[in-house]
Amino acid sequence: MLELKDVSFVVEENGGEKSIIDRLNLKIDDGKFTVITGPNGGGKSTLAKIIAGIKQPTSGQILLDGTDITGMSVTERANLGIGYAFQQPVRFKGIRVIDLLRIAAGKDLKIPEACKFLSEVGLCARDYIDREINASLSGGELKRIEIATVIARQAKVALFDEPEAGIDLWSFQNLIRIFERLGSEKSDRTIVIISHQERILKIADEIIVLADGKVKAQGASEEILPTILGTSSAVDACSLLTKEGGEI
Amino acid sequence: MEKLDEIQKRMIEELSGLHEVPVGAYNFRANSKLAGRNTTANIDIISKDDGSGIDIRIKPGTVKESVHIPVVISASGIKETVYNDFYVGEGSDVVIVAGCGIHNCGNQDSQHDGIHRFHIEKNAKVKYVEKHYGSGDGNGKRLLNPVTEVYMEEGSSLEMEMVQIKGVDSTSRKTYAKLAAGCKMVVQERLMTHGEQYAYSLYDVSLDGDGSAADVVSRSVARDTSVQKLDLLVKGNAACSGHTECDSIIMDQGKILAVPALEAHSVDAQLVHEAAIGKIAGEQIDKLMTLGLTEQEAEEQIVNGFLR
Ligand SMILES: Nc1ncnc2c1ncn2[C@@H]1O[C@H](COP(=O)(O)OP(=O)(O)OP(=O)(O)O)[C@@H](O)[C@H]1O
Ligand SMILES: [Mg+2]
Repeated sequence: MLELKDVSFVVEENGGEKSIIDRLNLKIDDGKFTVITGPNGGGKSTLAKIIAGIKQPTSGQILLDGTDITGMSVTERANLGIGYAFQQPVRFKGIRVIDLLRIAAGKDLKIPEACKFLSEVGLCARDYIDREINASLSGGELKRIEIATVIARQAKVALFDEPEAGIDLWSFQNLIRIFERLGSEKSDRTIVIISHQERILKIADEIIVLADGKVKAQGASEEILPTILGTSSAVDACSLLTKEGGEI
Repeated sequence: MEKLDEIQKRMIEELSGLHEVPVGAYNFRANSKLAGRNTTANIDIISKDDGSGIDIRIKPGTVKESVHIPVVISASGIKETVYNDFYVGEGSDVVIVAGCGIHNCGNQDSQHDGIHRFHIEKNAKVKYVEKHYGSGDGNGKRLLNPVTEVYMEEGSSLEMEMVQIKGVDSTSRKTYAKLAAGCKMVVQERLMTHGEQYAYSLYDVSLDGDGSAADVVSRSVARDTSVQKLDLLVKGNAACSGHTECDSIIMDQGKILAVPALEAHSVDAQLVHEAAIGKIAGEQIDKLMTLGLTEQEAEEQIVNGFLR
């Protein structure tokens, strides 16, 4: 179980202090598919980075299966099984897709093994395995590779920050299938997805609404979803998609 | 002829990726002496009469052949200047691999100054790979000052891979090229300095003929207190296109001076330059750490990739 106790993240702004995450308390159960949603700027990515260790909270504690990991480095947390797919994936000059997948898997992956991860995110492996992760990749390609690196890690707690952003309509269904498979593969695996998409919210076991750095609501999907639909927290993807693209 | 010892063999492996004697033409030079030579029906290697170096003569129409000319210095205190002239015949297509490795365990400086001249005839195609490498833990310095001159006749092309990643204390690398009509030159330089090393690299490329093109790209990493100066100059004297780019990562207390420069002497010259110096992006390190690498391992991967 992942637990956050009284976590705050405060930054300095114009001489004053601005609270991005505000005394937040949260429990995310093992084996559940949790979706975090909420308005832009609500603190979702900041929260994910605090869990991954990329940002240090100003105060509060983070516990993984009862162990306090607040003081641990990003590396230590990664090795405990926390994986994080960035909202804005990073580019690297000269590092190839195969290199990054090998780093992610922590071993000298054979080409067919690496290809499996790429196929899973809908990339034709042969075309991508030797590509550099540089500016020549499109936004959607980069996003898929980012997701593949987290799949390759076999993380116990996998955080995906807006994985659907930039992914085309055709692939959307496949993306959802990935998360379902990840969940069923290991029963105690925790999947946390930050998303604005109704279709992703609908397949969640649990939904957390985050706004102004606070948990505004948390509960079973059936319970929370009706209260947020039609508000700015969720974009009604289906109606938009059917209008433009027809069948998905 | 001298026989190669273990250190020398390892250096040659490092320089040219050769584990054994290569097929094709080669000339091994070790501690200022000839240590092996092979010529083929199409490629001749001849020592200059005054002993100052070698002439490599490639017959017109020679295709898919290679020449290896590694130089190894493993004794301390050697200082040498060597002239190598390559005559690449019309319409040939060859790979030339050169390189110099200095292993200095002694207390005297060792220095190799190689002057390479390429005479590339019409429509010939050359791929040239040059690696410089230093090792050994003596107090003696490892110094390399290569000069490369390139003369390209109409329609010829040259691809250069110039690599110096490790162990050279001080280097001044100068490359001059003159391109006739329809010639193409692509340079990829990879440079890394560490400790108190100093590296100076100059490219001076003249695009003299219509339709000539040059792309000179230098990627470098300066670590510790090392200092680099990069001068990349492309001159457009005709209807030509030229591009130069210096892209550098600076670390620790390194210093980098990057000077990409363009000179146009024709209204039809199209020239572009780019330069960027910066430290490793924090988010690159963050990403690799979320994949389980330590900060140091992450840096290594980023630098290795960048210099690939
Ligand atoms: N270092 C910082 N300094 C100042 N403001 C910051 C800093 N880091 C984050 N913020 C602000 O904190 C707020 C939360 O940002 P965050 O990226 O966590 O939002 P989000 O919920 O992920 O939004 P989105 O849905 O747009 O991705 C934003 O208003 C952002 O501008
Ligand atoms: Mg965000």
